[in-house]
Amino acid sequence: MSASEAQETPESADADVLLYRLQACPFCERVVNKLDEYDIEYHSRFVEPLHSERDAVKRVVGARTVPAIIDDNTGVAMAESGNIVQYIEQTYGDGGEESRSDSESRRSVSDGGEN
Amino acid sequence: MVDFDVVSLPDIDHVAEGDQAPNFTRPLVNDEYWEDASLTDLLDDGPVVLVFHPMDGAFPTTYAWQELDERALEEYGVQVVGLSISTPYEHKTTIDERGIERYQLFSDPQNGVARKYGIEHDLDGMAGVEEPRPAVYVVGEDRTVEYVWVASEWPDFPDYDELEDAVSDL
Repeated sequence: MSASEAQETPESADADVLLYRLQACPFCERVVNKLDEYDIEYHSRFVEPLHSERDAVKRVVGARTVPAIIDDNTGVAMAESGNIVQYIEQTYGDGGEESRSDSESRRSVSDGGEN
Repeated sequence: MVDFDVVSLPDIDHVAEGDQAPNFTRPLVNDEYWEDASLTDLLDDGPVVLVFHPMDGAFPTTYAWQELDERALEEYGVQVVGLSISTPYEHKTTIDERGIERYQLFSDPQNGVARKYGIEHDLDGMAGVEEPRPAVYVVGEDRTVEYVWVASEWPDFPDYDELEDAVSDL
């Protein structure tokens, strides 16, 4: 299959995870890295830099911040990259308590910063 | 006697009526966000009127959306979707400024979709920039091209009555 053929249908179209993101947003990239780390397929929706225009995000997670994800596997919809990373590790990781405490410590580092 | 020049465009070998419409995936922009979508994704929900227009901000684009908005072809059960080389950010601005929130626009800055359809158009005086030749494709659910209009002059505007007839015959 050639590169152009491969583009004919979005590879992510059937993904269970929907990621609301902003172009060049480091908090969003953090979630992307975590999804990649666990080989979780996701579909991206890009929103406006202007906070006030992000009603699409607010409708699903109650806030206008990105990143935000909806996971059809679990029915979870959530915002805030620290929380999302923790959620991914707990849901898709196999480290149990150990990975949980690891993600808690990372979360405290990231608190207070979202786009 | 008109005192302006309309440029004749050369004949081209483009995707024609009865052909299978080439599929493609590009960011599809609505008034709130954009996401990758393919033509076949849209066809799952019914026939598509794919409108190739000049970059957002050009006056033919404004005219085209005013006319399409007034005609409301979606009442015939089709989806009217635009495509230009403008970025998703420009598409969002256009959707807001033209008040066309019920429509979606594909963003194709590298003009690859136009090349698949054989309607690429080099822009004189804008080095390195090409865009689609103005064109309208009506694509049935089985991806067959049911109607096509491709500009033969620059500028040139779709025959909207003919388009509406084609859409109502689907």
